[in-house]
Amino acid sequence: MIDLAEKSTGVAAVEIRGVHKLYGSLHVLHEMDLVVAPGEVVCLIGPSGSGKSTLLRCINNLEKIQAGVIKVFGELIGYRRAGERLIETTKRETCRARQHVGMVFQQFNLFSHLTALQNLIEAPTRVQRLPREKATEYAKELLGKVGLADKHASYPAQLSGGQQQRVAIARALCMRPKLMLFDEPTSALDPELVGEVLDVLRDLANNEMTMMVVTHEIGFARQVADTVVFMDEGRIVEQGPAAQVLDSPRHERTKRFLERVS
Amino acid sequence: MTVISDAMTARDKNDIPSRIVPRSKYGTWIAGALVVLFVFLALRSAFANDNFAWPAFGRYLFSESILLGLVRTIELALIAMALSILAGMALAMMRQSSNRVLNAVAGTYIWLFRAVPLLVLLLLLYNLAALYPEISLSVPFGPILFTMETNTVITVAGAAIIGLALHESAYCAEIFRAGLVSVDHGQREAAEALGMSSWLMTRRIVLPQAMRAIVPPLTNQFVSVVKTTSIVSVISMPELLYSAQIIYARTYETIPLLLVVTFWYLVLTAVLTVAQHYVEKRFNRGRAGLSDYTARKLSRLTLEAGK
Ligand SMILES: Nc1ncnc2c1ncn2[C@@H]1O[C@H](COP(=O)(O)OP(=O)(O)O)[C@@H](O)[C@H]1O
Ligand SMILES: [Mg+2]
Repeated sequence: MIDLAEKSTGVAAVEIRGVHKLYGSLHVLHEMDLVVAPGEVVCLIGPSGSGKSTLLRCINNLEKIQAGVIKVFGELIGYRRAGERLIETTKRETCRARQHVGMVFQQFNLFSHLTALQNLIEAPTRVQRLPREKATEYAKELLGKVGLADKHASYPAQLSGGQQQRVAIARALCMRPKLMLFDEPTSALDPELVGEVLDVLRDLANNEMTMMVVTHEIGFARQVADTVVFMDEGRIVEQGPAAQVLDSPRHERTKRFLERVS
Repeated sequence: MTVISDAMTARDKNDIPSRIVPRSKYGTWIAGALVVLFVFLALRSAFANDNFAWPAFGRYLFSESILLGLVRTIELALIAMALSILAGMALAMMRQSSNRVLNAVAGTYIWLFRAVPLLVLLLLLYNLAALYPEISLSVPFGPILFTMETNTVITVAGAAIIGLALHESAYCAEIFRAGLVSVDHGQREAAEALGMSSWLMTRRIVLPQAMRAIVPPLTNQFVSVVKTTSIVSVISMPELLYSAQIIYARTYETIPLLLVVTFWYLVLTAVLTVAQHYVEKRFNRGRAGLSDYTARKLSRLTLEAGK
């Protein structure tokens, strides 16, 4: 599949090569290699503390890496290349480069002093300098798509967890991202609210959005993911088509993890 | 059978109370009565005592020099507070920045001006001329652009404003820093992930939320500044207190004039308290929750409307 996509567009959506990440002396990511094709849905699974969040956060440069290289649609985020070396760019340039990578957090992180609609249009109007009316129009369309057309004037505190997470997804989409990163988008939700958020993700996947999703919802991964990546202790233990990794894992560690979560 | 069950339901209906009344708060009533009694006794003793000289109080309350002093106090407090807020905000951001030099500079400033008593600082500034008789602006190691005598720059009012601003900005910085720290880290992360620059993030996301934690202590600081302006009377700045002192040095009506001064400080603080209420309301947007009293009243009206 990777080969196919690279042939068709010539450039991978995400390309991670030899990435190492350390927090001080704590080595969190070891020699990461991962390629995601445009339109592909990748689910990252693995035990808590295995480095899944860290990997996502390195992709949009919320965290700096200590070795290796990450490209998103062929471009570096937070670095520029000078011969053999990568040099950190200014904060301003980093911000510009990460605009087209949307991120959704476990804790929603909606701006609590702004209404749902204001949450959506804040970055498009201020960062991308889109005219207010245009941003509002698109924001309302997106709120409608996630089933919250009537909630645009509500503040986050007045919404349920599931509704907040759907607003958060719409907020990321409002920047017209080419890649969406989801860090356990349903882990903070009551069980009966998980479905409504996963429905939105499924919709996105059907619309050819490139997505990387950290999740513990194995059923969802089996249904929606093209590729499943299993991580443990900062290493990619196994990756491959969803059905293969989830139903006939090659590695003992993957087997044990899947037995525990399902 | 049916007769009995009908009778039962009728009785059951009678069993449902017609209204639910909040618990009586006897403690509030007793405390209230005691307070009224004490206030009455205090007022009676004050009015019965001729030494208070209430007619003089009435005479000076709106006298021209007192009102002029009042205006100067207000001006002084407003300017000092405005400068302190600006400097305090800048210092708080420097304190948070990853630039270690800025961080150390802000830390030292805060330490220095919180340590030096305001009274000492004011006297030092007032006597700055002894230290630097002239102030000049020049290109470093180059020609002098202009020179002035220190005493023409550091006037009494100038020394008062600079002194107050230096002192209060150190406190404001800590208030702002506490406010910035109180904002959930996830908010910055979300803003960053959306491509917002640090400046945009601070201005549009962090500060508006930090204001919830900043406004109450900042108002408190403002109240304190209003009163602290009375200290500048030591460098003969004719603000409210010094204006009164000038009069009673001449007429010996010390008590009534000090009461006039007290009265005006009470009024200023009351005005600030009311302002605080409105500012807090503005920055609490997005916070769920009504006051207990409003919530109760609303629920009752809703129920009654349903009947
Ligand atoms: N900001 C940080 N500073 C230091 N250590 C961190 C930080 N963030 C994560 N870690 C550590 O990195 C490891 C991987 O964390 P994380 O990526 O959050 O794992 P996961 O998302 O798979 O549960 C953990 O051991 C965690 O304690
Ligand atoms: Mg995680």
